[in-house]
Amino acid sequence: MPSELVHKYLRIDHLPHIWCAGCGNGIIMRDVAVALQELIDDPEVPVSRDKTVVVSGIGCSSRAAGYLDFDSIHTTHGRAIAFATGIKFARPDLEVIVLTGDGDCSAIGGNHLIHAARRNIGLTVVTFNNDIYGMTGGQYSPTTPTGDKATTAPYGNLDRPFDIAQLAAGAGATFTARGSAYHARETTELIKQGILHKGFSLIDVYSVCPTYYGRKNGRGGPVEMLQWQKEHMVPAATYYAMSEEARRDKTLVGVLTHTENPEYTEQYAALVERVRAQSGK
Amino acid sequence: MTPKRILMQGNEACVEGAIAAGMRFFAGYPITPSTEIAERCAQRLPQVGGRFIQMEDELASMAAVLGASVTGVKAMTATSGPGFSLKQENIGYGCLAEIPCVIVDVQRSGPSTGLPTSPSQGDYMQARWGTHGDHPVIALSPSSVQETYRLVIRAFNLSEKYRTPVIFLMDEIVGHMREGVTLPDPRELIINKRHISYHDGANKQCYAVPEGEYVPAMKPFGQGERYNITGLAHDVSGFPTNNNQIAGALYTRLMEKIDRNLDDIVRVEEHMLDDADTAVVCFGGTARAAMSAVQQARAEGMKVGLFRPITVWPFPEAHLRARLPGLKRILMVEHNYGQMLLEVQRSAADRVPVSFLGRVDGTVIPPDDILRKLREMEGNAHAK
Amino acid sequence: MTGRKKLVIDPAWCKGCGICAAFCPKNALEIAGEKVRLKEGGECVACGACEMRCPDYALWLEDLEE
Repeated sequence: MPSELVHKYLRIDHLPHIWCAGCGNGIIMRDVAVALQELIDDPEVPVSRDKTVVVSGIGCSSRAAGYLDFDSIHTTHGRAIAFATGIKFARPDLEVIVLTGDGDCSAIGGNHLIHAARRNIGLTVVTFNNDIYGMTGGQYSPTTPTGDKATTAPYGNLDRPFDIAQLAAGAGATFTARGSAYHARETTELIKQGILHKGFSLIDVYSVCPTYYGRKNGRGGPVEMLQWQKEHMVPAATYYAMSEEARRDKTLVGVLTHTENPEYTEQYAALVERVRAQSGK
Repeated sequence: MTPKRILMQGNEACVEGAIAAGMRFFAGYPITPSTEIAERCAQRLPQVGGRFIQMEDELASMAAVLGASVTGVKAMTATSGPGFSLKQENIGYGCLAEIPCVIVDVQRSGPSTGLPTSPSQGDYMQARWGTHGDHPVIALSPSSVQETYRLVIRAFNLSEKYRTPVIFLMDEIVGHMREGVTLPDPRELIINKRHISYHDGANKQCYAVPEGEYVPAMKPFGQGERYNITGLAHDVSGFPTNNNQIAGALYTRLMEKIDRNLDDIVRVEEHMLDDADTAVVCFGGTARAAMSAVQQARAEGMKVGLFRPITVWPFPEAHLRARLPGLKRILMVEHNYGQMLLEVQRSAADRVPVSFLGRVDGTVIPPDDILRKLREMEGNAHAK
Repeated sequence: MTGRKKLVIDPAWCKGCGICAAFCPKNALEIAGEKVRLKEGGECVACGACEMRCPDYALWLEDLEE
């Protein structure tokens, strides 16, 4: 009989999930559930369960939509953000959360990512970024570091990786942040901030894939991979107190960019009002 | 109220008909010869409280339309050949997840970039088999601007009734033609509302249908239903399944919801066929030339009639079969290399010989070519 | 404010990855037979670190009954 959170916000009939032992995705999915629970329970915040929709694409990450007990839609590969755009634009009062992976959102779905960011439409995108295609058995993705191994990079990956958060920020996302499977509490807070942010938010969460990425690249099992995150990823308060020298091999866990800009569906609502006033309706 | 008669382009009539049908969401990407549809939607939808968005590509447009539809809004996209190809994967998603929407394809000459933007009917088979896997399809094809207005309303009605994407297969001829159109009194129009049902609670059997029925009622997102939609084979609760029996039952139901309602779905126009020994089969914009040729052939004393599928998928097989006993020959005229021809041959079996007149050079098929072909067929028959 | 908590383990949900045991600040957990359990004499302080990082939701804190 799992915890109250699992009972209340996950679809217990469909658990345990399909992910491998030690997969970071289970941790990140819990972060999402906790973030939503805390926002829903907070009377000061206008997030409601019935008006929250979870959207995903294809890949290991994207199974998460089916496990979360909200209106949920598991779409086609790469298109989660495009489906989500349709949902949000049709019903701006809905809270639309996109759960996606590094391949889903930055390879096959890269175009939708940058354009949704550019429009600043009020979606919250959480990436389960594990540097590999897990569902298909360990091929390199756009975030696989150069030189690393994958089944389609048996001699080492030649590609240079994307930083998905920077990519989104460069495309105009008004809230970007980085989390990690290890830093569950911090990541939960970042997801909450992303949901509350008016405009396009992306929280790039580093997951771990011990089964394919870890094994192919000698990174050990889940414990060793989380240990690496613990040592190399640093929450904001500590990170900014460090010297530049000390930060060199560290990655920030925290908010990367945060700006206020008009949100797309609000702008469209204003446009409709303007047009209707002009046409005297 | 006296009906309004105005001059309108086919693409514009498509938008006005869609708005009359209740379409309030359009997502698209510019492509000739369908672009006027997006342009008019951009202008008109804000006026009626609807929403228009130009997406980054065709794939996104189709995805956004499906996303909008699951919130309960009637949604449409419009494209042409290359864009129609790009939309196919998500059209299949709509078929499997049973999400109503209308996809307008204003056909142009292909394959690939082809002859932009010369007329063609080369997407006929793609409308049926464009997405992968076995799936149900309804496709309608108008042959005039007036019919475009009425028929796109029917496209929405069928889409809502059968909970499936409907392909509105226009062509460049009709899309860009300007004709006088009589706009009906909106009160005269029959508009199908979405069949919605609510449960009190979550995760109910959202894809369950009562015995003898084929179409589950839909529940819009954002109402507290908390159900799941997936492109995986799913059980009646909307969750993925690997159970072959359950998956098989789903796929069978999807096909049967169309196949068992052909009387309701299939429409044809039959003209001067009752005493005809020759039927010209033709659809869409090309049917106008065929009609003209049939009339001239009649003036010359030939017993020719026109059989025009309005519902082009499912192909009106039963209607054509019913005409076979009186027919000595059939002429299939279409603006391609022979696509509907295959359906006509299959329906005629060996009982009536089928001749073909097609064209793939991007120019229209003039009535004279059809008339010449009819004379030739008649002459051959007499020579025998 | 929440009251005192206790740790609950459901071995049926555990896939034996060992994350909880590795990052338990009190080193109170262990994996035996591919399932997590409280070490003999292990001093769980109900901090919730294991619940937060368990990918399979096999352990969690519950309010202590009065």
